[in-house]
Amino acid sequence: MLTLAATETQRARPGPWTLGVTALALVLALPVLVVLGFLLVPAGEVWDHLAATVLQDYVVNSLWLMLGVTVGTLIGGVGTAWLISMCRFPGRGLFEWALLLPMAMPAYIIAYTYTGLLDFAGPVQSALRGWFGWGFGDYWFPEVRSLPGAVVMLSLVLYPYVYLLARAAFLGQSLCVLDVSRTLGNGPWRTFFTVALPLARPAIVAGLSLALMETLADYGTVQYFGVATFTTGIFRTWYGLGNTAAAAQLAALLLGFVFLLILLERLSRRQARYHQTSQRHQAIRRHPLTGWRGLAALGFCLLPLTFGFLVPAGQLAAWALEVAGATLDEAFWRLVGHSLGLAATAAVLALLLALILGYGQRLQPTRAVRTAVRVAGLGYAVPGTVIAVGVIIPFGWLDNRVDAWMRATFDLSTGLLLSGTLAALLFAYLVRFLAVALQTVESGLGKIRPAMDESARALGLSPGAVLGRVHLPMLRGSLFTALLLVFVDVLKELPATLILRPFNFNTLAVRVYELAADERLADAAPAALAIVLAGLAPVILLSRSITRSRHAQPN
Amino acid sequence: MPVARHHLIAAGLLALTALPLPLLAAEVNLYSARSEELIKPLLDRFSQETGIKVNLVTGKEDALLQRLQSEGLNSPADLLITTDVGRLHRAKEAGVTQAVTSARLESAIPPAYRDPTGHWFGLTLRARPIMYVAGKVKPEELSTYEDLAAPKWRGRICIRSSDNVYNQSLVASLIAADGAEATEAWAKGLVANLARPPKGGDRDQILAAAAGQCDLAIANTYYLAGMLNAPEANQREAAARMKVFWPNQEGRGVHVNVSGAALTQGAKNKAEAIQLLEYLSGDQAQTWYAETNGEYPIRPGVPISATLAAWGEFKADGINLTRLGELNGEAVRLMDRAGWK
Repeated sequence: MLTLAATETQRARPGPWTLGVTALALVLALPVLVVLGFLLVPAGEVWDHLAATVLQDYVVNSLWLMLGVTVGTLIGGVGTAWLISMCRFPGRGLFEWALLLPMAMPAYIIAYTYTGLLDFAGPVQSALRGWFGWGFGDYWFPEVRSLPGAVVMLSLVLYPYVYLLARAAFLGQSLCVLDVSRTLGNGPWRTFFTVALPLARPAIVAGLSLALMETLADYGTVQYFGVATFTTGIFRTWYGLGNTAAAAQLAALLLGFVFLLILLERLSRRQARYHQTSQRHQAIRRHPLTGWRGLAALGFCLLPLTFGFLVPAGQLAAWALEVAGATLDEAFWRLVGHSLGLAATAAVLALLLALILGYGQRLQPTRAVRTAVRVAGLGYAVPGTVIAVGVIIPFGWLDNRVDAWMRATFDLSTGLLLSGTLAALLFAYLVRFLAVALQTVESGLGKIRPAMDESARALGLSPGAVLGRVHLPMLRGSLFTALLLVFVDVLKELPATLILRPFNFNTLAVRVYELAADERLADAAPAALAIVLAGLAPVILLSRSITRSRHAQPN
Repeated sequence: MPVARHHLIAAGLLALTALPLPLLAAEVNLYSARSEELIKPLLDRFSQETGIKVNLVTGKEDALLQRLQSEGLNSPADLLITTDVGRLHRAKEAGVTQAVTSARLESAIPPAYRDPTGHWFGLTLRARPIMYVAGKVKPEELSTYEDLAAPKWRGRICIRSSDNVYNQSLVASLIAADGAEATEAWAKGLVANLARPPKGGDRDQILAAAAGQCDLAIANTYYLAGMLNAPEANQREAAARMKVFWPNQEGRGVHVNVSGAALTQGAKNKAEAIQLLEYLSGDQAQTWYAETNGEYPIRPGVPISATLAAWGEFKADGINLTRLGELNGEAVRLMDRAGWK
C-alpha cells in the first residue's frame, strides 16, 4: 500500500515525461487517428447496403476466427511452454527453440503451401483418388480453404507469441511459490492450474492479444481462403465500391473490436499485481516424464512444429528446387539486403520508442499517459494497407503545405520531403509493430517491483538513471525479445511496404507477393524461403537469450 | 550480444544509404500495378533504345492511386499503369490524370480501348472466356455468358470470388448489355450453379476443373497460357485438359478488359512519359506481352504466340471500356445481393 501512496503523490504533477510520452504517442497514433477521422465523413447509403447484405458475415466470421485462434494458440502456446519449462522428456532441448520456428513463416505463405498440398487438385487428394479409384464427390476430405482452415493456419503461425511470453513467464516465476504449492499437497496439474497459470496470466494474455491483433489484421490468408471478414470487407468496399470513407469506417469498427479486447483484459485484472516477491531463482528441477508420458509430451510438441514449420518449409524447398538457378542472382541478394536492413532499423527504433513509452507510463501512470500509450499501440490490429493510407494522407498533406509555403515565401519548391521515402515506410512499420515491442517491454517492467524504483530514487538517481542503471540490466531478456519480434514481423510485412516504398526499391516480401498474386507459387518459393531463413537466426537467438536470461537473474 | 546489435544497426544504415539518388539524365517515373516481372524487361529495353532511365514502384492499383491523390501535383510519378480499366476510369474521375494527344497512340489503339478525351490508353487486352474440360463438355452445349445461369449447369461451374476485379468488370459488361435486373437474376442463377464456394484465383478454377470438381471454369486466358508453360508438371497437365470457348460470338462478343496507362496531372517528364507510352503500344512491346504473358495485343494484326494462336480468333465486346468503370460499383452491390461470395 505504501507503493500506491507514493505513486499517488507523483500523479499530482505532470513532468516532462508525461508531456514527452503523450506527444510521442500522439505522433504514432496519427495514422490511426486519420482512419478514425473518416467516421466524420458521410459515406452515404453504402452502409444500408452493407448492413443488408454482407456486414453480418464480416462480424460473425471475424468473431469465429478470433475465438478459434484463441483456443488454438492457448492450447498450443501454453501447453508447450509448460512442458518445456517444467518437464524433462525426449527432445526437450531441441523443442525449446524449434517451437519458435513457425514464427518465421508468414501466414499467407503457409496458406498457399497447404492449399497446394491439400486442395482437391493437390498431390494428397490426387494420390487418394488414384489409390482408391475415387472421383469428385465420392469421398469426404476437410476443405483447407474455409473458416476452420483459416483458424488452423493462423494458429499454427501465431501460437509462438503465446509460447514465447508464457515460457518467459514460467521461467521467471519464483520457484518458492511453486514449491509452496507442492508442499501444500497440490499435484503438478493442480499447481499448474491454480498457481503457475494465474501468475503467468499477464504474459499469456499479452501473447494472446498479439496473436488476436495479428488475426484481425490478416488479409492474405482470409482473402485467399474466401472467408469474408472485416479486412476483406474493408478492401472490397474500398476497391470494389470505390468508397474510401465507408472502407475507413469499417476499419474504425475493427478498431472498436480491439478496444473492447483491451478493455476486457484490463478490467479483468484490475486489482491484481504480478510482481515477484522473492527474487530467489534456483535451477528448475524439471519433472521427468518417462514412458508413454514422455512420448505424449514429445508428440504434443512435435505437432505444431511439424505442421507449422516442417511441412510448409519442406514444400517451399521442393518448389524452390524446381526453379532454382534462375532466381539466385544479384538482384535476389539485393532484396535480401533491403529486407534485413529495413527490419533491423525498424526493430531498433521500435525498441527505443517502446522503452520511452513503457517507462514514461511507469513514471506517471496518469489516465492521459496510459490512454496515449494504448492508442499508440493500436496500429498492430489494423491491416497494413489501412495504416499505409493513414501515413500517406497526412504526409502528403504536410509535404504539399510545406512546398506551397516555400513557394510563396521563397519562390522555391521543396517537392515531397517525406512521401515516398524510406522514412515514411519506417514510420509506418513503427506504427504497425510498436505494440509488439511495447507489450514485451511492459510485461518486463511489470515484473520489477516499484519498490526498486523508489529505493533507487531515494538514493538520488534521476528517473533516466533509474531506467539506465536499474531497469535496463534487469530487462535485457525482454528488450532482446522485443527487438527480435519486431525484426521478424517487419521481415514478413507486405502491404505497407508495397504502398510506401520508394522507386526501384523491393524487398523479399514484395517479390513473393508479386509472384504469388499471379498464382506462380513455385516461382515465389525461393523468396518465401529466404524470408523464412532470414527469420530463423533471430528466432533461435531469441530462444537462447530467454534460456540464458534465467541464469542471469540476480539471486 | 552487443556485437550482434551493432551489425543490425550497420545493416539498417546501409539500407538507408540505398536511397535512389537524383539523376541528371532523362528519366521517367512509373507507378505500376503490373508486377515487376511483367514490365521491367520492357522498361529495360526502352531504356537501352532511348537512354531514358525508368524508375519503378509496383503495387496494388487502388493503393497507388491513393498515393497519387495524396501526393497531388508534387507527385514524382509521371505515369500510372493499371491492369484493369475500372481503376483508369477512377483515376480520371479523381482528377489525377491529364489528357494526351499523340497521333501514334491514336492510330495504334482502337477507340474502344482508350479514353475518348485521351486521359488513359489501353495497352493489352485480357479476355475472360469460358474454359471447359475436354471430353466432359461439348462446345455445342456452350453459347453465352447469359447461358451459364441455366439449370443444366447446376453444380458444374468454378469461378473465383466477386472480390476480384475481373469478375466485377465481367458483371459490369452484363449490366451494360442486359440491364441490372436481368443481370441480378443471372448472378443468382450462376451462384446456384457453382460447384463450390468461390475461392482462390483464376488458376485455381482451372486446376479444380481439370481435377474433376467442375466442368467449366471462368478465367482470363493468360492464366491458362501461364499454366501451359509453368515449371510445375501438375499445372501443365491440368491446363492441357482444358479448352477455350469464346462466348457471345453471335452477339456482342467475349468480355475483355485492358491493362493500360495514364499520364499524371503533375507529370514532370511529360515528353519522356509519352515516348514510353508510345513504345508500349508499339509492335515490339505488344508481341512481348503476347509471348511472355499470354495477353492479346491491343490491336489486331500484331504477331502472337503459338499458344494464343491455337485458341483461334474471337470477336471482343466492343463496348467502350469507360462504361465498365462507371458500372463497377453497381456490379459489386449486385453480386453482394446475389450472394456471390
